[in-house]
Amino acid sequence: MTSINLFSQILEWMPFVLQGFALNILMSLLAIAVGTLMGTFLGLGQLSTLKPLGIPSKLATQLFRNAPWLVLLFYCIFLMPYQVNIGGVVIQLPSWLRATIGFSFPVAANFSEIVRGSVNSIPRGQWEAAEALGYSRRATLFRIILPQCITRMIPPWMNLYALLLTATPLSMIVGVEEALGRTQAAVQAQGDSRVLIPMYLALLAMFFFYTWPINRLSLVVERRFRTK
Amino acid sequence: MTLSSNSQPLISLRGVRKSFGAFEVLRGIDMDIRKGEVVAIIGPSGSGKSTILRTINGLTPINEGTINVGEIKVSDPKLDQVKLRHRVGMVFQQYNLFPHKTVLENVAMAPIQVLKQPRRQVEERARKLLAEMRLPDKANSYPGELSGGQQQRVAIARALCMEPEVILFDEVTAALDPEMVKEVLSAVRKVAEDGMTCILVTHEMGFAREAADHVYFTDKGVIVEHAPPADFFTSASDPRTKEFLSKVL
Repeated sequence: MTSINLFSQILEWMPFVLQGFALNILMSLLAIAVGTLMGTFLGLGQLSTLKPLGIPSKLATQLFRNAPWLVLLFYCIFLMPYQVNIGGVVIQLPSWLRATIGFSFPVAANFSEIVRGSVNSIPRGQWEAAEALGYSRRATLFRIILPQCITRMIPPWMNLYALLLTATPLSMIVGVEEALGRTQAAVQAQGDSRVLIPMYLALLAMFFFYTWPINRLSLVVERRFRTK
Repeated sequence: MTLSSNSQPLISLRGVRKSFGAFEVLRGIDMDIRKGEVVAIIGPSGSGKSTILRTINGLTPINEGTINVGEIKVSDPKLDQVKLRHRVGMVFQQYNLFPHKTVLENVAMAPIQVLKQPRRQVEERARKLLAEMRLPDKANSYPGELSGGQQQRVAIARALCMEPEVILFDEVTAALDPEMVKEVLSAVRKVAEDGMTCILVTHEMGFAREAADHVYFTDKGVIVEHAPPADFFTSASDPRTKEFLSKVL
């Protein structure tokens, strides 16, 4: 009887935790979008033969790729203003949004490396053939090399997304009310030590059942493109 | 080969030198190639044959000397790359077709995108060239669906579609299975017979003997000797040439 009570008690808290998990998903989707966009520019910058473009891109990529995500998160949370004033319009920057920006930096740096790596994985003969046909370096990159890279970039990009999602609970440390923070709060509120393990198991299950299919899919995609 | 030999050469190399780091690959190359001529460059690997080809269309910049293709000075720093690539086509050992484009797109894309010629006209020409290369039904296939020999014939059609004056063939049969060598060689021969100026780097001695008007032998970055094939293969004078021929014939 008590185990049924325990179960219904935990179930009661699930919407609360799931709402937190929705924030994890929202943060991860925004961060992957922003990070992919920034990473594309950084990656193309890394490939540039222009030194004023190449060197800063390489530096930024290495810096954000090798810094702990939590440290970058702290920077964004504590160094960014709480609100910004754009042409008289005051925009609030809640901590979850600042955390999202914090996550997009390491995502950008990792995606920058994905772009650079996939471009470099295209055989040199493709560049030479294009050059012999009169294509400039830039036209070769955009018309011939990058279209071939996109399929190669998808699997590592999906893995990066999965990694990002599993990193979002770090934002709890800086006060974002996401799934982990809410689980902790729910456990404390119930004041019952027996719920501790099932509550955290439920949290684990949320992350697992969201991330696992993405990893499986990336494997399938990788296999499909490899045989082509 | 019956063209008057005192006419102005289409391509001329004078004292061409090229180093990769401390290694000097070309140590003073002189060549003259007239319009319509078929020239074979042979020699041991590492002797600089492929580098000679790649300097002619500017893929490999040179350190010293001059190269002229018609009125274009290849070593000019203000060189108009598109103009040069329009006149000089190239076919590679590894075909280097673009795998994400269909055969027709591979053949037609550069004249459309680089030379800005009208699409319809280029595609018509591309289809005709594919038919000449005996690939009329492959226009919508992807390179990955074709055999090596077929891919190389597409690469030849791609070079022809730019309507160049000269085509450089860089060991175009070296990556092929033996049964496909013949089909590609006969395609090259057809191009040559249609009057295209051809410069071939090749290991196919039989082909050089039959198809070339002139054979150059290179060793260690210099041209050891050159002669019409009939003389070259029967009465080579230099001991290095003799030694090489005794190994390959």
